[in-house]
Amino acid sequence: MPLDLIRTVAGAILVGIFGLLVAIFLLGVDRILTARMQARIGPPLSQPLTDLRKLFTKENVVPANAIPWLFNMAPVVALASALTILLYIPIGGFEPVLSGGGDLVLVMYLLTLPALALVAGGFASGSPYATVGAQREMVTMIAYEFPLAVVIIAIAWKLAASGIPLPFMLASVQANPVWGLVGPLGIIGALILFVVLIIVTPAELSRIPFDTPEAETELAGGILVEYSGKNLALFTLTQGVKTVVMASLVVALFIPYRLSALLPAPAILQPVLDLLFYLVLVVLVAFVSVSLIRVSMARFRINQVVSVYWIYLSLIGITGLLLVMADHFLRGV
Amino acid sequence: MNGDTTKKSTPYTVPIGPVHPALKEPVMFTFKVEGEVVKSVDFAPGNTHRGIEWMGMRRNPVQIVHLTDRICGICGIVHSLSFARAVEQIAEIEVPQRADYIRTILHELERMQSHILWAGVAAHELGFDTLLFLTWRVREQAMDLIENLTGNRVNYGIIQIGGVRRDISDDQIPLIKQGLDYYRGLLAQMKTVFLDDSTIRMRCRGHGLLSYRDAELLCAIGPTARASGVAMDVRHDYPYCAYGDLDVHPIIPPQEFGGPQGDVYDRIIVRLLEIAQSIDIIQQCLDNMPAGEILWEKKLPKLLLTLKKAQGEAIGRVEAPRGECMHYVRMDGNDSPATWKVKASSYSNLMSWIPMLRGEQLADVPIIVASIDPCMSCTDRVSVIRDGGSPGYLTKEELTRLSVEKTRRIEQCH
Repeated sequence: MPLDLIRTVAGAILVGIFGLLVAIFLLGVDRILTARMQARIGPPLSQPLTDLRKLFTKENVVPANAIPWLFNMAPVVALASALTILLYIPIGGFEPVLSGGGDLVLVMYLLTLPALALVAGGFASGSPYATVGAQREMVTMIAYEFPLAVVIIAIAWKLAASGIPLPFMLASVQANPVWGLVGPLGIIGALILFVVLIIVTPAELSRIPFDTPEAETELAGGILVEYSGKNLALFTLTQGVKTVVMASLVVALFIPYRLSALLPAPAILQPVLDLLFYLVLVVLVAFVSVSLIRVSMARFRINQVVSVYWIYLSLIGITGLLLVMADHFLRGV
Repeated sequence: MNGDTTKKSTPYTVPIGPVHPALKEPVMFTFKVEGEVVKSVDFAPGNTHRGIEWMGMRRNPVQIVHLTDRICGICGIVHSLSFARAVEQIAEIEVPQRADYIRTILHELERMQSHILWAGVAAHELGFDTLLFLTWRVREQAMDLIENLTGNRVNYGIIQIGGVRRDISDDQIPLIKQGLDYYRGLLAQMKTVFLDDSTIRMRCRGHGLLSYRDAELLCAIGPTARASGVAMDVRHDYPYCAYGDLDVHPIIPPQEFGGPQGDVYDRIIVRLLEIAQSIDIIQQCLDNMPAGEILWEKKLPKLLLTLKKAQGEAIGRVEAPRGECMHYVRMDGNDSPATWKVKASSYSNLMSWIPMLRGEQLADVPIIVASIDPCMSCTDRVSVIRDGGSPGYLTKEELTRLSVEKTRRIEQCH
């Protein structure tokens, strides 16, 4: 038992550090790619690191009419919960550090935590902009939760229906790519679900067109308007880690392949190859769902965010689910 | 969220301004908001008053022309032309035809770059930063052209009382034509990008409404009024410079876009079509440009002497990119004018914010505020500071009393 505990703790620390590094890397990549698509040169890759270093040296200003303990706790909770999710997600060829029978459901719940912390922090700052931003964040959260649940349930249902034990465990999702289990109709269904998850990602990350809670031109930063110094740095890191989490989730659910299975390589190199391949996939997913969508759209109004998710994406997601189910029953597996 | 007010029965206040990312220049907005819906709105300008008129009253008209260049960062030609036209009317100076054509060309180039700049700002307010960067990159061609013709990107210093200070040489004409071709090629693309984009349409169609009646009642002008269907344009109604010779008509959103509805979308349409119109006007100018002098009087001392002798009053009217701009000048035989009053175009448009913003969502405030293309530094003519304390506001009665007192004072002087 102590050995297990040590393994878990060491794994958690390693994954934490890895998660933070990839987070900073992804933030930098996003800024460069966005700049290039907007006909700008953009900052160097190390810019987020420089920004964070600066923020950590700055004073932590707490507004006079804020609730200090809640205001200061929110960023810590947000970052901690974002890092916790990483422990449940398979990274590269490695097994997740923590796992159990209901990982996917747990991840769904954990995903709401950073957002809730943000909302709590927003309300605690006592600024009208932050209050409006926090209200919007809650509405956005309620809006994208349903399509996200549809995608996760569809995958888990397919695994369960195919007779795979523990369908809600990410390790079993990873081991049985959904594409191998379904027929042609199911592939269309799974593709639709894939697209839905890609579109849910920017809302989860509060990026344009779903950045209504922060809305620079309307709310001057919304939820984050009163945050500065270390607290703001922690929220920035949370943002990065959430990007890693969402991209990893997309990879784990829909592209759970290992390069080592395709390329013959020495046993020592295999984990490295898998990790690199995973990083490439994460950057690709982040590019499509964050940078590409961000540069090609205007911000939605909050009621438009709700109708996009509740009506259009939910319907599209359910269509995908029904296709996967129809495929299953028609093939009579 | 829509209109859901179970939590609080009274609307809460959201201040926006005087400095806020939604505003490109300082102005103070106070919104009474229920949920996300704006119930009522009040605004207070007066944060960028720089006392330019005061400076002008101590200078001679030739010096003031350069001061007018600096009233606004974009409308350099508009203000200097407007002032020069007022002074020319008083001193009965006849501007040479060629100078009128050069003024028109620069005036239209300025309108083009101003509208393109506005389009970028509007995209930014909608959260569409890509479009902002691409639009402003396209704007550079107009800026380069202006720099080539006047020597400056902003604060052109090209207008002189009685003409212009630089001629357009034969080498420069192909450059202008090249620039026009560049924008002609871009027009279709710009229309697609701005008018066919579904997110822009979702955010702008049917929002920030200003009815025809409100536009008339509130004396809105320029693209703001034209988007509501009010057909007025100083270039057409009261031609100046070369506009009398040219084919100019007020641009109203055409039927193919659903006719004038007076929303933000219509204001985008009007400005995009006006870019096309400006290209057309510059082309007409190039085709008909007469030869000849560019100044009524080259010798500065002689010009100054004429201006010093001039007596009377006049209004210079010019159609700025934002609407009609007016300069009132009164001269009484001294070096400097007795009165100089600037009425910038945004002044007439600010009040239309009130009906536009009422009932809209907080999210639409930035784009609606930007949709009239407000220019606060042009507009702010007065700022009340009491006893070195906080700025105060004058009521109608106080203003009337102060005006009467000043009139008495002036009467005693004579």
